[in-house]
This record gives sequence, C-alpha cells and structure tokens, in this order.
Amino acid sequence: MAQAAHDTAHSGHDDHHDHAPGFVSRWLFSTNHKDIGTLYIIFAVVAAFVGVTLSILMRIELQQPGMQIFSGGQAWNAMISAHGLVMVFFVVMPALIGGFGNWFVPIMIGAPDMAFPRLNNISFWLIVPAFMLLVGSMFVGQGAGAGWTIYPPLSDSTYQSGPSMDMALFALHLAGASSILGAANFITTIFNMRAPGMTLHKMPLFVWAMLVTAFLLLLSVPVLGGAITMLITDRNFGTSFFKPEGGGDPVLFQHLFWFFGHPEVYIMILPAFGIVSHVLSTFSRKPIFGYLGMAYAMVAIGVVGFVVWAHHMFTSGISVDTRAYFMAATMIIAVPTGIKIFSWIATMWGGSLDLRTPMLYAIGFVFLFTVGGVTGVKLANAGVTVILHNTYYVIAHFHYVLSLGAVFGIYAGFYYWIGKMSGYQYPEFWGKVQFWTTFVGVNITFFPMHFLGAQGMPRRYPDYPDAFAGWNMVASIGSYISAASFLLFIWVVVLTFVRKEKAAANPWGEGATTLEWQVSSPPPFHTFDELPHIR
Amino acid sequence: MPEAPIPRSPREASPRQRSGNRRIAVATFATVAGMVGLSFAAVPLYAAFCRVTGYNGTVQTGGPAAPGATERQVTVRFAATTHPSLPWRFEAAQNAMPVHLGESGLAFYRAANPAERAVEGVATYNVTPEVVGKYFHKTACFCFDAQTLRPGQSVEMPVSFWVDPAMAKDPETRDIRTITLSYTFFRTMADAERTGALASAGPHVGRAASPAAPPR
Repeated sequence: MAQAAHDTAHSGHDDHHDHAPGFVSRWLFSTNHKDIGTLYIIFAVVAAFVGVTLSILMRIELQQPGMQIFSGGQAWNAMISAHGLVMVFFVVMPALIGGFGNWFVPIMIGAPDMAFPRLNNISFWLIVPAFMLLVGSMFVGQGAGAGWTIYPPLSDSTYQSGPSMDMALFALHLAGASSILGAANFITTIFNMRAPGMTLHKMPLFVWAMLVTAFLLLLSVPVLGGAITMLITDRNFGTSFFKPEGGGDPVLFQHLFWFFGHPEVYIMILPAFGIVSHVLSTFSRKPIFGYLGMAYAMVAIGVVGFVVWAHHMFTSGISVDTRAYFMAATMIIAVPTGIKIFSWIATMWGGSLDLRTPMLYAIGFVFLFTVGGVTGVKLANAGVTVILHNTYYVIAHFHYVLSLGAVFGIYAGFYYWIGKMSGYQYPEFWGKVQFWTTFVGVNITFFPMHFLGAQGMPRRYPDYPDAFAGWNMVASIGSYISAASFLLFIWVVVLTFVRKEKAAANPWGEGATTLEWQVSSPPPFHTFDELPHIR
Repeated sequence: MPEAPIPRSPREASPRQRSGNRRIAVATFATVAGMVGLSFAAVPLYAAFCRVTGYNGTVQTGGPAAPGATERQVTVRFAATTHPSLPWRFEAAQNAMPVHLGESGLAFYRAANPAERAVEGVATYNVTPEVVGKYFHKTACFCFDAQTLRPGQSVEMPVSFWVDPAMAKDPETRDIRTITLSYTFFRTMADAERTGALASAGPHVGRAASPAAPPR
C-alpha cells in the first residue's frame, strides 16, 4: 500500500520508536486502538452534524403553529425518527464507547492494545454503512417514519410501505452487530489484558463504566436484533410475529424493544459517568470519593436496568400489579444514581477546584443530569405517566439526561483528552465560551418543554394549537443557540489543530493520576514498550 | 498477581493470554447467541404466559362445561370492532346480558359482507377488566376459526361462555359487576395475500386501501 509517501503527512504519532503504516493501511485497515478511536470520534462528529441539522429543521418547523417547512406528517415523522436513531446509534454510542473507550480503556489498564484488534476494525467499518443506510432511508420513498421506537403496526408494511423502512431496520442490524463485536472486545480486553497488578478493584472508573456498558450491550442488543428480524420477516416474508390477524401481538414488540431500549439508555450514560468521575477528581485534585461505591453503583444500575423496561409501556394496557412492580423497580434505580451524584459532590467538596473547560462540563453534567433524574422519578409514577406519556415532558426528561447528560460527558471527555489524543492543547478561552453557549442554549431549548408537556402538548406532531406558541418559540431560539455552540465546537477543534500548542504529557497536574497521563502526548503508536507495573 | 512472566514483546499477547482471550470471546458470543434465542423464545413463551395467567384479559378456552348457576350475577357487555382492511359490517346482536356466575350464556354477533367477493376474516378477543381473563371461559365461539363470508352474505355467529364462580372469592375480582367481551375482526393474512391487498397497500400513511372495499 501507499507506504512511506504518507508517513510524513501523518507523523507526530510515530516520532517515537516505530513507524506507523501508510495512510490506507493505517486508516482503512487500522488495527490500532488509538487510530480506531480517532476514526470513531471523527465519525461521531460527522454524524452529530447530521443529527443537529435534523433537530434544527424540527425546531424551525415548531417555531410557530402551522406547517412551515415540512411537506406533511410523513416527512416530519421520517425526520424525527432519523434524528433519534442518528443521535443514539451514530453520535453518542460511537463517541463514548468506540471513541473514548477504544482510546483509553487499553491505556488505562496498561494493555498494549485491544484483545482483538481486527475485530475492532470490523466494528468501526460496520457502523459506517449502517449510518449511510439510515441517512439514505430519509431520501427513499416517503422515508421511515415510525419513530426511533419503530413500533408495529406503524412500522409494518401497510403503514411504512416501500424499502426505506427496511433500510432503516437493516441499518439498526449493522449498528447492533458493530456494538456486539465491540462489547465482546471490551469485555475480553478488560478481563484478560490488564497489566500486572491492575486488579479489578484498582481499575479506573472509566474502565469500570466501559465494562458494565459492554455487558449491557452484550445482553440487550441481541434482543433488539431478534425483534427487528421479526419485524423484517413480518414486513417482507409473510410471518405474523406482531400481527394480530395471524395470531401475533404488537405489544410483544414493545416488550422486546424496551428490554433492549432501557439498558440502552444506561449504555449511553454510563461511559459519561466514568468520564465525569475522572474529570471531577482531576480538577478537584482529590481522589474520587467512595471509589468502590461508585464502581458498584454502576454495576447495580446495570443489573436493575434490565428489570424495569415496562415503565415505558405504562399506557400499553398492562395490569395494575405489573405497573406497581415496574414503578417500584424503576424508582430503586434512583438509589445507586444518588450514590453517584453525592459521591461526585463529595469529591468536589473541599477540593482545590480548577474551573477549566472539562471541569465546567463535568459540573454542568452533574447539575443537569440531576434535573433529568428528578423528572425521571416523576415519570416513573404509573399514575402520573397516564397524563405525561408521549408529551413534551418526556422529551424534556430524556434530553436532560442524554442531550445535556451524555453530550456534556462527551464534551468533558473531549476537552479533557484532546491534548492527550492529538498532542495539541485546546484554546482555553474558546473552550469556555463554547461551554457557556452550549449550557445556555440547551437549557433554553429543553427547559420550556417541561411546561409544554405539563400543559399537554403531545410529542411527534409537526403542528400544535396556538396556546403552545410562546414556549415553542423560546425553545426554537434556544436550539439556534445550541446549534451555534456546535459550530463553535468545530471552531475550537480547528483552532486546536491550527495553533499547535503542544500539550505536556500531563497538562492537568497532580490530580490526573490514571495511566494515560504517564505516557507522552500523543502516546506513541504502540503505547507501552514495557508493560507498566501497578503498585 | 505478583510478577507474572512478561511476554517477549508486550505488543504480542502471550500464548496463555491468547487462549484466555479466546475463551472469553467464545463465552461472550455464546451469550449473544443465547440472547437472540431468548428473544425468539419470547414469542411462544409470551403467548403461553397470557394463556395460563389470563394476562391482558386472555380468556380461557377448551375448559370444562359450565358447572351450573350460582346466586351472583354479572353483566356481560359485548363490543365489536372491525379492522379497516376487512370490508365487513360486524356488530353485536345484543348490547349486554345478565348472567349468573357458573351459568352458561349464549350471545350472538352479526357479520355481513357487502363486498363483491368472498372475504375471509378472523377475530381476536379478550375481556376487560383484564384480571377477569382467568375466570372467563368460552366453550364455543366463532372466533376460534377463520370465517368466510360469500358476497352479500350475512350471518349470525354464536358465542357460548360462562364465568367461573371462583371470581366472587378472589379479592382482585370480587367487586367486578360488569365484564366487557371484545372482538376485533381482521382480514386473514391468507385472504389478504390472495386478493393482493398486501401488495397494493400502496405508498400512503393512514387507512389501508383495500381492493375489496365495498361501494359505500
């Protein structure tokens, strides 16, 4: 392959001991965990551009009552479905799991690379065609407009005829396969590739988070795979898994989907938990408060997360006893989550706080995730949900824990590690400007949605009565500020690579204790020539 | 783990590490296969669960005949729904009827096919309140099989049922005075396939078009 010709163009990584391969074999056939991590992060930024664009189109439509820019309900449905699926499967998961996970799990446990480097390559290259299929599905026929939950009968061949729905389902299949392979790789790496002395109870919390996440993926994604396989055969091959006229039951799909879907929300947030723990500890110059409690709180969230799925189905006609159980089980999750929130606060308490950009994002995460958690406890009440189900209150809730939780975690991780990953430190001033723009923008976007939901505005409609106009206008203005903050983020990235301000091996001082800060910035192409020995 | 022997080059896994990797990978992929299997096993398990527990208002079928009337009386109401893909008029012949617990009841539904071709339909059914499912027995019902109506044909279809007297002893159900028996008639998949209704669903969102739709 085009070896030496490209070497100089992509040096910087290989000025250490060994030569990085040429461009094609380095970036297309990559087996190096750091390069694959970089690919995942670039991919997530590209996908985020698509996802953010979709959300801005949605907010333009909702800025005023009446139809503004969409031709009709189905175009709107296709757009909101794509927004949800893009953000979940192609932004948050690739950034947190594929990106930061690949980059830092091996380094943090002192492993030379992931356990199965080639499998890692397949994981990445499966997600690219998946993304293209999903984006393509918006432009084929009338689009796949069944929401990200793809419930039948709305997603069956009667109501979503044509190949676009099948494209979206196949995209989910590919993305799922990618996640499963990645999860198997992480589990093997973490269990079997740790450096001597790195016991499970000494592992950094980000690694713990990734371990729990990998188990959740391993157990939940195959169920989604099964459910959408049944959906595909129902659509195309005359089976009747979910068709009552053939003896099937559409509610079964909801059970299967949410058996995957609920762990999925923890898959998206646990890696952010890990990142935030590192950032808070680093910039408070204190070890994390209650390390073991933090680790096992994540395990508990993961375990309990598997037995609460039907709280998404309180209005699907399930019996009152079932609702009582799922309500209680759901509320129990607030306990380990509370352990984490209070431990984060205790970590900051009495610490020597250094309010750099990653720290701002981490504190923002704790604050806003708590807001989303509180509305979550409210929504967990089966009786209250009868009123709030499928309203903007739900939209506000899950955007507070994901758009403001997981995304703040991604930003925190990016600013925390960009110096380590690229060798160049980000511009602190612009980083802070970017944080405050994001913070103001997303809150103006999503907080008014609580009011809209409480007043009964239903989700998934492109139009609404005049009574909801005021807060919708506010939310739309907030979303434009948020979009500007995303462009500002691109600007920060550009500045980082243009200014070329060299990052030290450990730019954060004594608070940064994990192994990645003991190797150069960026780490050599092969991280550890000698395996570190953990005391 | 003090002083594990370090492999020749740290970039290459030692044979022991490699076999460990393989073992864990096999276990993880076995787990994945198991979960896929479980998701498919959920289909019959879910149906069996509903049948056994009466969950979701699933009624009991194929049980014994009615044991004989007791004193308690409940009102059974009859609901009828037709899926848009089925061009039938389907309604209950009576709105409600009182039955004694343990007494055998007989009710009728009427179905008419105004379309110009024979159409085959099949009904799904349950009772509300859903907790009554395990006490509601159907001994004979038109809903057990698919029904075919010739063009213009109109039929009266019987359902024979009884309510278990044990319902009056269960604290969850003893306060119930009214039970609603509900049917939804669908066009069978075989019929839809035969007449091309599946293929001609067409690029639309909303009510399904049906080639056999009656001239209203």
